[in-house]
Amino acid sequence: MDRFRMIFQYFQSNSESVMNGICGLLALASVKMYTSFDFSCPCLPQYNVAYGLGIMFVPAIIFFLCGLILNRQSLVMLEEWRRPEGRRKKDLAVIRYMCSSIMQRAMVAPVVWIVVTLLDGKCLICAFSGSVDPQKFVGFANVSTVQVQQLLAKVPCKDDELMRNNTSRKAVSRYLRCWSQALGWSILLILIIAAFLARWLRPCFNQVTLLQARHWSNYIDIEQKVFEETCCEHSRLFAHKCILHFFESMQQEIKRHSFSLPREGEGAGEEEDLLRGITDQDQVNKLLKTWYYEKPPLDVS
Amino acid sequence: MDKFRMIFQFFQSNQESFMNGICGIMALASTQMYSAFDFNCPCLPHYNLAYGLGILLVPPFILFLLGFVLNNNISMLAEEWRRPQGGRGKDPSVLRYMFCSMAQRAMIAPAVWVSVTLLDGKCITCAFCTSVPVDTLGNASHPRLSQGEIQRVLARIPCKEIYNGQQLIANEVAVRYLRCISQALGWCFVLLMTTLAFMVRSLRPCFSQAAFLKSRYWSHYIDIERKLFDETCAEHARSFAKVCIQQFFEGMSTDLVAARCHLPRKAPADAEEAAQKLLGITDQGTMNMALKSWHRCKPPLHLHPPALPTGNGWAGEGQPPTHPSAPPRETAAYYSCV
Repeated sequence: MDRFRMIFQYFQSNSESVMNGICGLLALASVKMYTSFDFSCPCLPQYNVAYGLGIMFVPAIIFFLCGLILNRQSLVMLEEWRRPEGRRKKDLAVIRYMCSSIMQRAMVAPVVWIVVTLLDGKCLICAFSGSVDPQKFVGFANVSTVQVQQLLAKVPCKDDELMRNNTSRKAVSRYLRCWSQALGWSILLILIIAAFLARWLRPCFNQVTLLQARHWSNYIDIEQKVFEETCCEHSRLFAHKCILHFFESMQQEIKRHSFSLPREGEGAGEEEDLLRGITDQDQVNKLLKTWYYEKPPLDVS
Repeated sequence: MDKFRMIFQFFQSNQESFMNGICGIMALASTQMYSAFDFNCPCLPHYNLAYGLGILLVPPFILFLLGFVLNNNISMLAEEWRRPQGGRGKDPSVLRYMFCSMAQRAMIAPAVWVSVTLLDGKCITCAFCTSVPVDTLGNASHPRLSQGEIQRVLARIPCKEIYNGQQLIANEVAVRYLRCISQALGWCFVLLMTTLAFMVRSLRPCFSQAAFLKSRYWSHYIDIERKLFDETCAEHARSFAKVCIQQFFEGMSTDLVAARCHLPRKAPADAEEAAQKLLGITDQGTMNMALKSWHRCKPPLHLHPPALPTGNGWAGEGQPPTHPSAPPRETAAYYSCV
């Protein structure tokens, strides 16, 4: 029992830290993925916006979904939400608490991706180089409308033959990057202020409800783990009994069929006990064949 | 039994994490394999498509099969599927659960390969470079070439060193275009896979939770039962072997005594245990004969009950004097002293 208690205490104290750890790993994975991803703007008028905004938002959605999938609590919450009421009432406050804590953790990696993308700037330059006002930049001011779109679309590609030594390209690029970084830092600042306020002001509102919701959400989580552990223990004991019954029934069948001298009870040593009356190659083969062809019923009463 | 219980609990609680670990290792192995693989586009009109799509699709298939092979539970699934019904009915939902959980794990490494391939872009560039829309991306003022010529020129897009169609369509433009399409496909594929995984995981508690709990319990049960049965058989085999070998040595020493007909010395009480362990073989020649006999003529797999006392005069502990009918003379004298 001591061992069980230790295991349960471990689970209790570490469920939150496991979730926080996964959250942190996903955030690191998103940074790593951004640095290893080879961003390659198509530099074509219609494709730039789709590509740039796609790279900014699609991986963020993917990370959000991953954060939900990898979080064990989301399953627990869904089960609690969808279970039939039975004899235990459902507390919506608990479900709401669990939902909000899952969402908060799942949002970390997407936000990290978006902020890193904005601070780096390549996505926004790719997406919005075609939307810049060409009159502001000397190199693009006196070009026809159709051509200016083509030229502006090529701004993100430094090595393109038209853009190689174009100073206006650098000007547009710097301009867009400035906007991108400003947006990135602003989003970061707003989110951190929001997180700070939420943590500070939370004790002012509904502290009791919060404590209760947190307690019962922990309880539901632990109850499910204990149930799984108990099922494992039970199936092990069930299997043990089932196999013992099987060996005993084989032993009885052999005694019935083989007319061999009954063994001396008092003299039987430990080895004979373990042999369970099966002392012959044919008997062992019969036992194995019976185990395969006729597994015993799942009934150990 | 305590030791077995601890081991089984360890396996049970860690079976899932063990399988997840193998899954993760295979995913890492697939990215490593991709970066170590030297992609070499043939740059010929009809070969490009075959090569590109081959590299995109054949390794994932191999990784999928490998995922099944490395999974220990595949033999358990096959056994449960093919066994005769006997006294225990078969539950198809348990088989489905086992197959689904194995297939889900095996799908991860191939999905990682396909995503990495698409996000990198080389395969799609190689496979579809002949389908680039030259009219929209290329120079309209270029003199018309025959269709075959155009195909040959476009096929060389992935090979920058031998590309000779710069006037037709700039190499960088074509490569950027194809890479953009490839990366878009890659991200869409990853999004699709993640959405599918999310739906599978979150819809299950909404619809079939009770059936799921049942299938999970019985699939764990089948696994544990198989392991316990193997353990019990191993225990049995060990005892069988021990008794078999003991009887072999006892048989050998009976033969020796019968052959040599000399009085065995009565072992003093303190040296009795050591003497017992020697099983009646006390010199090199006898040992060699025992080994030769073990090799040439192994005893039958039939343990006879220990009815007759052994003939070399030791009163083995707990040996009841049940059959005094044919004792050697020395044994009878020993017992009569007692």
